[in-house]
Amino acid sequence: MIRSRTLLRSLPSSSGSSSLRSSAAAKVTVGSIGSRSLATVSDPPVRHYGGLKDQDRIFTNLYLKHDHGLKGAQSRGDWHKTKDILLKGDSWIIQTIKDSGLRGRGGAGFPSGLKWSFMNKPGWEKDPRPRYLVVNADEGEPGTCKDREIMRGDPHKLVEGCLVAGRAMNASAAYIYIRGEFYQEASHLQQAIDEAYKAGLIGKNACNSGYDFDVYLHRGAGAYICGEETALIESIEGKQGKPRLKPPFPADVGLFGCPTTVANVETVAVAPTIARRGGSWFAGFGRERNSGTKVYCISGHVNNPCVIEEEMSIPLQELIEKHCGGIRGGWQNLKGIIPGGCSVPVIPRSDCEKVLMDYDSLKDAQTSLGTGAVIVMDQTTDMISAIARFAKFYKHESCGQCTPCREGTTWMMNMMDRMVEGRAQEREIDMLLELTKQVEGHTICALGDAAAWPIQGLMRHFRPEVEARLAAFHAKNGQTLFGGRLLSEADTRYAIPDNLGGDAQRNIAQVSAP
Amino acid sequence: MLRRIAQKNVSRVAGPSHARLLSTTVPRQADITLTIDGKEVSVPQGTALIQACEKAGAAVPRFCYHDRLAIAGNCRMCLVEVERSPKPVASCAMPAMPGSKVFTNTPLVHKAREGVMEFLLANHPLDCPICDQGGECDLQDQSMRYGSDRTRFHEITGKRAVENKDLGPIVKTSMNRCIQCTRCVRFANDVAGVEDLGTTGRGNDLQIGMYIEKTMDSEMSGNIIDLCPVGALTSKPYAFQARPWELKKTESVDVLDAVGSNIRVDSRGVQVMRVQPKINDEINEEWISDKTRYAYDGLKYQRLTTPLVREGSKFVPASWETAMETIRHGYLNSGARGDEIKAVAGALADTETLVALKDLVNRLGSENTTLDSKLGDLPPAQSVDIRSNYLFNTGIENVEEADAILLIGTNPRHEAATINSRFRKQFLHKGTEFAVIGEKFDSTFEYDHVGTSAKDVEAFLTGKADKGFAKIFKNAKKPLVVVGSAVTETKDGAAVLKAVSKYVSDNAGKFLTPEWTGFSVLQRAASRAAAYDIGFTPSTSASSAKPKFVFLLNADDVDPSSIPEDAFVVYQGHHGDHGAQFADVCLPAAAYTEKSATWINTEGRSQLGRTAVPPPGASREDWKIIRALSEVIGNPLPYDDPLTLRQRMFDISPTLVRYDAIEKPSPEITKVGLQSLSSAKSSSSSASTTPFKKPISDFYRTDPISRASVTMADCSKAFTKKQYTIETVDDRTAQASYA
Repeated sequence: MIRSRTLLRSLPSSSGSSSLRSSAAAKVTVGSIGSRSLATVSDPPVRHYGGLKDQDRIFTNLYLKHDHGLKGAQSRGDWHKTKDILLKGDSWIIQTIKDSGLRGRGGAGFPSGLKWSFMNKPGWEKDPRPRYLVVNADEGEPGTCKDREIMRGDPHKLVEGCLVAGRAMNASAAYIYIRGEFYQEASHLQQAIDEAYKAGLIGKNACNSGYDFDVYLHRGAGAYICGEETALIESIEGKQGKPRLKPPFPADVGLFGCPTTVANVETVAVAPTIARRGGSWFAGFGRERNSGTKVYCISGHVNNPCVIEEEMSIPLQELIEKHCGGIRGGWQNLKGIIPGGCSVPVIPRSDCEKVLMDYDSLKDAQTSLGTGAVIVMDQTTDMISAIARFAKFYKHESCGQCTPCREGTTWMMNMMDRMVEGRAQEREIDMLLELTKQVEGHTICALGDAAAWPIQGLMRHFRPEVEARLAAFHAKNGQTLFGGRLLSEADTRYAIPDNLGGDAQRNIAQVSAP
Repeated sequence: MLRRIAQKNVSRVAGPSHARLLSTTVPRQADITLTIDGKEVSVPQGTALIQACEKAGAAVPRFCYHDRLAIAGNCRMCLVEVERSPKPVASCAMPAMPGSKVFTNTPLVHKAREGVMEFLLANHPLDCPICDQGGECDLQDQSMRYGSDRTRFHEITGKRAVENKDLGPIVKTSMNRCIQCTRCVRFANDVAGVEDLGTTGRGNDLQIGMYIEKTMDSEMSGNIIDLCPVGALTSKPYAFQARPWELKKTESVDVLDAVGSNIRVDSRGVQVMRVQPKINDEINEEWISDKTRYAYDGLKYQRLTTPLVREGSKFVPASWETAMETIRHGYLNSGARGDEIKAVAGALADTETLVALKDLVNRLGSENTTLDSKLGDLPPAQSVDIRSNYLFNTGIENVEEADAILLIGTNPRHEAATINSRFRKQFLHKGTEFAVIGEKFDSTFEYDHVGTSAKDVEAFLTGKADKGFAKIFKNAKKPLVVVGSAVTETKDGAAVLKAVSKYVSDNAGKFLTPEWTGFSVLQRAASRAAAYDIGFTPSTSASSAKPKFVFLLNADDVDPSSIPEDAFVVYQGHHGDHGAQFADVCLPAAAYTEKSATWINTEGRSQLGRTAVPPPGASREDWKIIRALSEVIGNPLPYDDPLTLRQRMFDISPTLVRYDAIEKPSPEITKVGLQSLSSAKSSSSSASTTPFKKPISDFYRTDPISRASVTMADCSKAFTKKQYTIETVDDRTAQASYA
C-alpha cells in the first residue's frame, strides 16, 4: 500500500520535467555520450532492460490481491486529478501519448498517439456525427490473458482510460466490447462503470470537467474474428462479425457510420498513468521506438506460468528465468517459443536466447511481439501437432467471407493434420508453404496472415522434424500420393496421374535411407 | 429517316459501353488521372479501381464485384498491384487515387490470381458436364484464363458438401458449386427487397440461404440466376434444356408490363428457350421481373395456330381465305354502319397493328376504337390530346432523383417491377419518403398509408401539411406524384386527376421545371401508351353506339357485357384466351417474340421489338392480317410493307418511330395538359370514398402469355397463393457430388 501511494504524485507540467524517474535518467546519459571525441575509446555502457521496479508498475492489482472497486482503485492512484488531465485538452493528451512512444498493445504495434490523432483531422468540429472510442476487450488469441487480468483487477484503469483517450479523440462515448466468456471480468468492469457513473466520474460533465462522456459495455458471443477491429464494429452494430473493407477506415466511417477508433484494453488503460506521470517517464522504458512497460503472459512449459508487467525490451530468456522460474527441466529442455500469441511464428531455442521482447527485435527474428503472449514449449512438445492445432483453430474461426482465408485455412488444416501423422509427401511441405503464401496478404483482414505465419514458422525452424515424421510414416506404410492416399491403396488398374506424386519414390527412398 | 433510325439503333447496340460509376446516382465529380499498366486514364473521382482498369483496357477478373451491387470485396480475384502498396489490393474495393500507378499484368498479380483461383476451385465440384452454367460460367472461363493448368487439391478429406436449398419454382440451387461471392445476397437485400437471403455459418461452413426453410418470394428472384457467376443458382424451368452456344440471341423488348424492359430472347430453332435481360441503364438497368423472364413457356401453349370459324358451339379450323370470307360476310350481314363498328385493343397489341386497325375502322366511318380496360369503352378520364396526361413523364431513370413520392392507387411492385427496384434503391440509399393512397401492398420500401380513396387524395392534397408525410412532401425539392393507371379506369379517375393536376399546377415551381417533372401516370399495359398516342379512344358519341361488328385485337380483358349477343365478333390474337371465346372468327397472330413491332413504354419511349422465332403454324404478323382484311372488306389500307406503315406512324406522331428516345413534353405543354385535367367538367368529377382496388391481384397471371405459362402457374401457386411444399432433400433430382 505504501508503495502504491508513492504514485500519487502531482501531474507533470506540459514540459514533462519530472525528476523522479528511475530509468529515464539512464537514457539521458546514453544520449549525451553520442558526442564523444576521437580519444574516447570506451563504448557507451550497454543498457540493460528489464527489472521493472514496483513503483513503475502501472497495473498494481493484476493479481486481484486488492479491492477492484472504486475505493481500492482510488487508493492505488486511479481517478486522481483526472479533471486536470481532461482540462488540458485533446492536443495535450495526444502529444503526451506521442511523447511516450506508446504503441498499440493489441498486436500490430501502431503508434497510439498517431492513431488517436487521426480522429482530430482539421475541421472535425464541423462534423455533426457523434464520435466513438471502441475498446477491444475481445481477447481471444490463444495464449493471451493480459486484458482479462487488467479488467478483473484494475477495471477502473480501463474506465478512466476510456475517458482520457476519449477526451483525446473528442469522442462522445466509449464502447467496450468484451469477450463473452469473460464473465467475471465483465461483472467487474460493469461494476466499475456503475461506480464511476455514480461518482460523477463519467457521464454528463465527467469529473466536473464539462465534458460529457458515456461508457458502454458490450458482451461478445465468443467469435475470435470479432477481435478484428472492423468485425468488432460490425458485431456491436448487431451484424455478423465479418471484417469490413478498408478504406474507408474506422476513423472516417466506423461504428454506426461515425468516426471511430478501436484500441486495445492495455493501450487505453495505460493512458491515464502516462498522462499523470508524463510521456517521457513512459518513454524511459525499453528501447527506442519500443518504449514503455508491457504486460506479458507466459504460459506453457515453464515452472511458474504468470502474467507480469515488465519493461519493454526485456530479454526473453530473462523474462522466463526471472518471473517464471525457468523452463521445465532447464533451459536446455526448451524446444521453441511463440513470443506473441498463436498467430506469430515460433522461434527455436537459439533465437530465444538472443531476442529482446519488443517489436523490433522480434521482427528481426522473423516473428512478432503480437500481444506479448509467450507460449513456451519444451522438448516434450510435438511441434507439428501444436501448429496443426493452431491451423485447426484458424479454420474454425475464419469468418468465411473472403476466398483465400475460407478455403486456405481449411486446406492448410487438412495438410497439417496429415503432417502430424506423417501422411504426406515431402514435396507437399513446399506446397503447404506455397499455400500459406497464397493466403498471406490476399485477404480482407489479418486472420489469413495469422493462419499462415505459424505454419511458415514451423517449416522455417522445424522442417527436419517434419521431414523425419514423413519419412517414418513412409517407412512404416509405404509411399503416399499427394493428398494423403497411400500408393498401395491406389487402384492399379488405372494409370496414376503425374500430379498425384506417384513418381516420387526415389525422393522418399533417399530421405528415409538413413 | 428510317435509315437514320436504323443507324442510331446500331450505334446503341454496338457502341462502347459507357463507364459506370460505383453508384450511378452520384453526380459526376471532378476527374482524376492515374496510370494503369503505363497508360494514363482519367476517371471521375470515387470510381473503383477496377473500373479505371477497365477503362484503360486492362481486363481484371472478378466474381463478387458487380457494378450494380454493393461492393463486397470478398472473392479477392481482382487483386492488382499498386505502387507503394506492400500487398496487392482488391481493385473493386479500392477507390482510384490520383497519380497512383497500378499494374495488372505483373508476376505478383498473376500469382495472386492463380492462388485465388486455386482456392476457389478447391471446393468446387468438377461437374461441369452436367452443370447448366457450362458455357457461360465465369469460373470456367476465368480458370481457363487465369488459373493453373493442373490441380494440387487431392485431399483425402474430399471437398465440401452443402445441402441444396429450395428457393421456389424458379431458382434451382446446387450449393456445392457456390463460391460464396454473395452477389445473390446483395441483390436480394438491396434490389429485390428480400432481406432474408443471407449467409449462415462461418469459415468453410458458410452457406447461402434463407436462414429458415422457405422460398425466395420475390418478383425479381430470377435475376440472381444471372448474377451467380457459377452454377450454384440456375434456372429451374430451363434446367437441362440447352447450352448457351446453341442459342440464337435476339435483342428485343418485353411487353408483359408497360416498362418496356430490354430483353434478349434466346431461341433454338422455332422455340424460345429463355429470356434474359439486356442492359439498358435508362429503363431496366440489368434486371427483369420473373414474369418477363419466365412467361416464355406460355408461348408454346394455348396458341392459335390456324384461323378458326365458329360453327354452332364449336370452332372449326379454316383456311385464311375461308376465315376472311366469313368475316366479310359477317361484316356485311351485321349491317354495321359508322360507330357500330367497334375495335377493342388489348394489352399486347403492337403499335403498327393499332395504327392499321384504327385506320381501317376510321375508313369504315367509325370512331369507336376502344380499349379492353375498365371503362375502356368510354372516352378516357384524362384528355389524351396531350401526352403528359397519360405518360410517366418523370422518366424511369429520373425517379431516382425524387425525394418524396406519393403513389396513388398503384402497386409498382406488380405493375412495374423494375421501376419498383429503383424505388427500393432510393429508399435504401437516398432516404426517399414514400406514401400510398390506395390499397396496401407488400412493398419493398416503407411507406405512409395516407388514405384509400379519391376523397383521401383530395383531402391529402388540399389539407394542412404540418406533420408526417404531408410535411415532407411539401418541403420536398423534387416531389413526385405517381397516379396508377387503374385509378384512371375508375369513375373517380377524373376527380383524382383533377385534384392532382390542380395541386401540381399550383406548385408548378417544384413539380414542373425544365429539370424535373413531378407528375406521372404509371401504365401497366404495354400497348396503352401507344393506343393513347395514336388516339385509339372512342369519341363521346361513338361510345354510346351499340356495336354490331366487334373486332377484338388481343383484347382478353374485355368486359363480356360490352359485346352484344347479336354482334359479329372477330378475335385476333395469339392465344386462345378469354377474348377468343366470344369470337365468331379467330385470326391467329404473332406473339411479341415473333414479330418486329414498335412498343411505346409508360414513359413514352418508343422501342423496336425484333423477331426471334417465326410465328407458329398459319399465324401471321398482326398488321399484315389487318392489311389483308382491309383488302377483303374492300377498303384496302395504303401500306404494303413495314416501312410505309411506319411512315404512316410518323405522320401520326413522329415520336412513334423515334426509337429509343424520349420526347419529353416541355413544362409549358405539361401545364396546358394539367389545365385541361383540372378544368375538366364531368358529371362524375366529385370524388367518392370508394377505395381504390389493386388492378393486379396475381402478378404471375396477367395476360394471355403468362396465363398459358406453366412456370407462371407454379409461381402463382407458390408465391401468390403460398402453396408450396419445400423439398428438404433433393429426392426428386438426387445428385451426387463427385469430388
